[in-house]
Amino acid sequence: MKQKLVIIGNGMAPGRMLEHLLESDPDAYDITIFNAEPRVNYNRLMLSPVLSGEKNYEDIITHDDAWYAKNSITLHKEEPVETIDRASKTVTGKSGITAGYDKLVIATGSNPIMIPLPGADLDGVLTYRDLDDVERMVRASRAMRHAVVIGGGLLGLEAAAGLKMQGMDVTVVHLADYLMERQLDQSAAHLLERAFAQKGVAVHTSANTKEIVGDAGKVAAVLLDDGTRIEADIVCMAVGIRPSVDLAKRAGLDVHRGIVVDNNMRTSDADIFALGECVEHQGECYGLVAPLYEMAKVIADNLLEGASTYAGSVTATKLKVTGVDLYSAGDFADGENREEIVLRDANAGIYKRLVLQDNKIIGAVLYGETLDGPWFFDMLKKGADVSSMRDTLIFGQAFQGAEPLDPMAAVAALPDDAEICGCNGICKSTITDTIVSKDLSTLDDVRAQTKASSSCGTCTGLVEQLMALTLGDAYNPNAVTPMCACTDLGHSDVRRLIKTKNLRSIPAIQQELEWKTSNGCAKCRPALNYYLISDWPGDYADDYQSRFINERVHANIQKDGTYSVVPRMWGGQTSSLELRTIADVVDKYNIPTVKVTGGQRIDMLGIEKEDLPAVWADLGKAGFVSGHAYAKGLRTVKTCVGTDWCRFGTQDSTGLGVRIEKFMWGSWTPAKVKMGVSGCPRNCAEATCKDVGVICTEAGFEIHFAGAAGLDIKGTEVLGSVKTEDEALEYIVALVQMYREQGHYLERIYKWAKRIGLDEIRSQIMDQPERRKAFFDAFVYSQKFAQVDPWTERVSGKDKHEFNPMATLTLEAAE
Amino acid sequence: MTIATGNWVAIGNISDIPELGSRRVMAGKKTIAVFRTGPSEVFAIEDSCPHKGGPLSQGIVHDGCVTCPLHNWVISLSTGEAQGADEGRAKTYPTMLDGETILLDAQALT
Ligand code: SRM
Ligand SMILES: Cc1cc2nc3c(=O)[nH]c(=O)nc-3n(C[C@H](O)[C@H](O)[C@H](O)COP(=O)(O)OP(=O)(O)OC[C@H]3O[C@@H](n4cnc5c(N)ncnc54)[C@H](O)[C@@H]3O)c2cc1C
Ligand code: SF4
Ligand code: FES
Repeated sequence: MKQKLVIIGNGMAPGRMLEHLLESDPDAYDITIFNAEPRVNYNRLMLSPVLSGEKNYEDIITHDDAWYAKNSITLHKEEPVETIDRASKTVTGKSGITAGYDKLVIATGSNPIMIPLPGADLDGVLTYRDLDDVERMVRASRAMRHAVVIGGGLLGLEAAAGLKMQGMDVTVVHLADYLMERQLDQSAAHLLERAFAQKGVAVHTSANTKEIVGDAGKVAAVLLDDGTRIEADIVCMAVGIRPSVDLAKRAGLDVHRGIVVDNNMRTSDADIFALGECVEHQGECYGLVAPLYEMAKVIADNLLEGASTYAGSVTATKLKVTGVDLYSAGDFADGENREEIVLRDANAGIYKRLVLQDNKIIGAVLYGETLDGPWFFDMLKKGADVSSMRDTLIFGQAFQGAEPLDPMAAVAALPDDAEICGCNGICKSTITDTIVSKDLSTLDDVRAQTKASSSCGTCTGLVEQLMALTLGDAYNPNAVTPMCACTDLGHSDVRRLIKTKNLRSIPAIQQELEWKTSNGCAKCRPALNYYLISDWPGDYADDYQSRFINERVHANIQKDGTYSVVPRMWGGQTSSLELRTIADVVDKYNIPTVKVTGGQRIDMLGIEKEDLPAVWADLGKAGFVSGHAYAKGLRTVKTCVGTDWCRFGTQDSTGLGVRIEKFMWGSWTPAKVKMGVSGCPRNCAEATCKDVGVICTEAGFEIHFAGAAGLDIKGTEVLGSVKTEDEALEYIVALVQMYREQGHYLERIYKWAKRIGLDEIRSQIMDQPERRKAFFDAFVYSQKFAQVDPWTERVSGKDKHEFNPMATLTLEAAE
Repeated sequence: MTIATGNWVAIGNISDIPELGSRRVMAGKKTIAVFRTGPSEVFAIEDSCPHKGGPLSQGIVHDGCVTCPLHNWVISLSTGEAQGADEGRAKTYPTMLDGETILLDAQALT
């Protein structure tokens, strides 16, 4: 019978261990994992980009449900283990699930330290450890303004930068004299503090927090020892971590600061291993992934009857904050017998310091330019004698021998065994050999095949350079589809950068993102205009010259240069007054064609451009507004007659349709949005092929989305069911807002949903009330500026130049 | 409006045209599209796309070209030439700026 392996904790370390184990012998064990978090395994290092909005949760998943299924691993989510019974060799989770083991791996990670300050238990005091924390912070950033981060170490600074990027006012309160005092020296910390000040993050050093002041159970301010009071809606406590050892302690294992292991990573019980941040090995506990990955390899081997040993690790640190380049490794305190080499370039904001002892590098701090970090670290770990290049050492590797400081030359000059990816311990030749032997051409492939740059991602640049060196011209770093020929960036990049770089006009985007053309093209300008309208409602002034003609003049151009006019008929309902007005307008302006559209309303076609304002003026008198039949925006909400008349009707489908249309008209969206509301599952309003649809039932409202019936045909997916009309409206609005914020220009809802994942959308809209509310509120806010009838505006004189010729020449003189 | 100064006819003020925008000038049976590509840069071109006669005055203006509103041909404003793989040419007309006044060569209209 197969041996049983149970793992407690599903973090990064056991994820890596399983990969080694499955690669060597996929059939050795029946594997069961208990995880306290309610999800699969993800890259914890990348939480900061998720917090700042530069990445999504999906982007950072390392092992998805399919992976566990494929490898027949049982994963109990949201099931923290409460007891280990070593006598019967079983573990039991919170809800009572019990599993027996032959071998057990404890990988419970660590817990954030909570200083027991007065007020530490207030609502709004958070820590920074897992995705739930990130979601809490992102939610807070949408509704609130002031954030205080206690702790100016690696985590605190990443949290501060992320919260700032989410638009909060952020203050960092740090106990020591300078930031990151464990990894930096004072000069580098000064540059770092300045960089944060430039980002608009206030930093208080030598600041001891006395109390967190509350108001009605919620955080209100942070009070320092010196009396300073800092406004706060949330407080993020990032003062350090403590190995999570309670469970092991209760099981009677040897525990000091961490769970004590021997060189084979065994605890005091030979059948129980410990792995990751919860471990103490030779008196050391680690808080970075590189050592944990080494441990993971050792355990995988020992689980398969091997005997490899772990010898401890030296670690290097990089800060992952966009725009801040920082690398540090080793020991760089001043001391006897130590010499230092310093290089500064104030203009470029560069500071580099190496600490030497006995002609060997023992510490390195680099700020502003970190390319040589891995090279110095490599020599540090090997204890290389640097006396022969002592004088030029600080200028970096490229300087040794070759003169130009060309980064490509520097990478080319690295020895084969130079470490490129510190997290995963991957050296240069492993990467270049794999590129050749497996015929890899994209960064993602290299990540998948070698693990290099798959953890914290800071070595991505080096890996790309290696790819360029190995593949030559065959390497195309921009495998993402660019928006258009004016840029190499894809839509997602551009949307992200608009937010993170706070870009608020088309010229600002083109400048900052280095557009290759002076003013873009007909592909990118309308897209950028939409992104800006969607991202900065009320602030960005619509650029009409960047709109297609239909949206510029609020009518649809026809093949002969005339226009069509489609007024709104809310939910497809009309009246004698409306019909009579249309009849009169058709007569008065000699409109050649009147047609009932596929969208339950009436189209008047063949109108001269000059006549448009007059036609609208007449229509406006009967209360007609634009039907936006030309817009990447809300088009139609088709309805059926519902309970008003139909013998099968279960709800007021007409009323709901009208309500949705009146709530949402005028909004701009990435592509057009069409909806339908049917009063029963017979579905006469064809709601199940719309972008968003509703099927009414006796029990309430079934909300559908992601249908298509144009170029593609596709039935809708069910988003979920709600009981009341108010809820239906809220959920639909939230869904559309999520799409407005994430969709690529011209990407219909069904395509967006395919890209983002149906489950993710369901989870955010159906299961996360705060998130839903935030989307809803954002939509309502933007409608304040969008719900202005464009026809009325033009009747009153707006954009007059659009409708009249500039001049009419009589050409006697020339004829 | 007919203010003939030699062959040059004044057709309006530069500020009548939005930057990266255009206006139409009616001249008998012809419609001329007058484009403004910069603070003081104007071009005049027949308002008819070499593809299927689309009204170029209604297109998006970018980098010295206009994209036709009907099927996205890109037409150079200075030469009237279709760009890329498409072939065809729209007639162009000389223009001049006198201070802020836009002048069109009336001779070329006949
Ligand atoms: C008028 C109308 C046809 C009719 O006589 O019934 C119509 C007319 C046009 N449709 Fe449509 N579509 C009309 C209903 C539809 C429908 C049916 C519906 O809405 O229930 C569909 C299928 C559903 C859908 O939207 O996918 C439809 C799918 C399309 C498509 C394909 C879109 C797609 O992503 O698959 C296009 C092309 C596009 O948008 O790029 C299109 C484009 C057009 C344009 C705007 C073509 C253009 O760019 O000039 C036509 C404008 C004519 C005009 O000036 O009015 N029309 N079009 C309908 C107006 C509805 C309204 O009241 O607003
Ligand atoms: C925001 C952030 C940024 C970071 N950046 C970097 C970086 O740039 N570079 C770097 O090297 N390191 C970084 N780290 C540190 C790195 O993420 C950790 O060292 C690493 O994730 C630890 O892995 P682990 O498997 O030991 O523990 P974890 O990944 O913490 O996993 C432990 C898991 O066990 C679960 N668990 C705990 N108790 C139980 C129980 N009783 N039963 C079941 N499950 C339990 C926990 O919920 C958790 O999911 C960062 C950490 C954070 C939080
Ligand atoms: S959807 Fe149902 S209720 Fe509505 S008209 Fe059709 S059959 Fe009647
Ligand atoms: S008419 Fe201009 S592109 Fe077809």
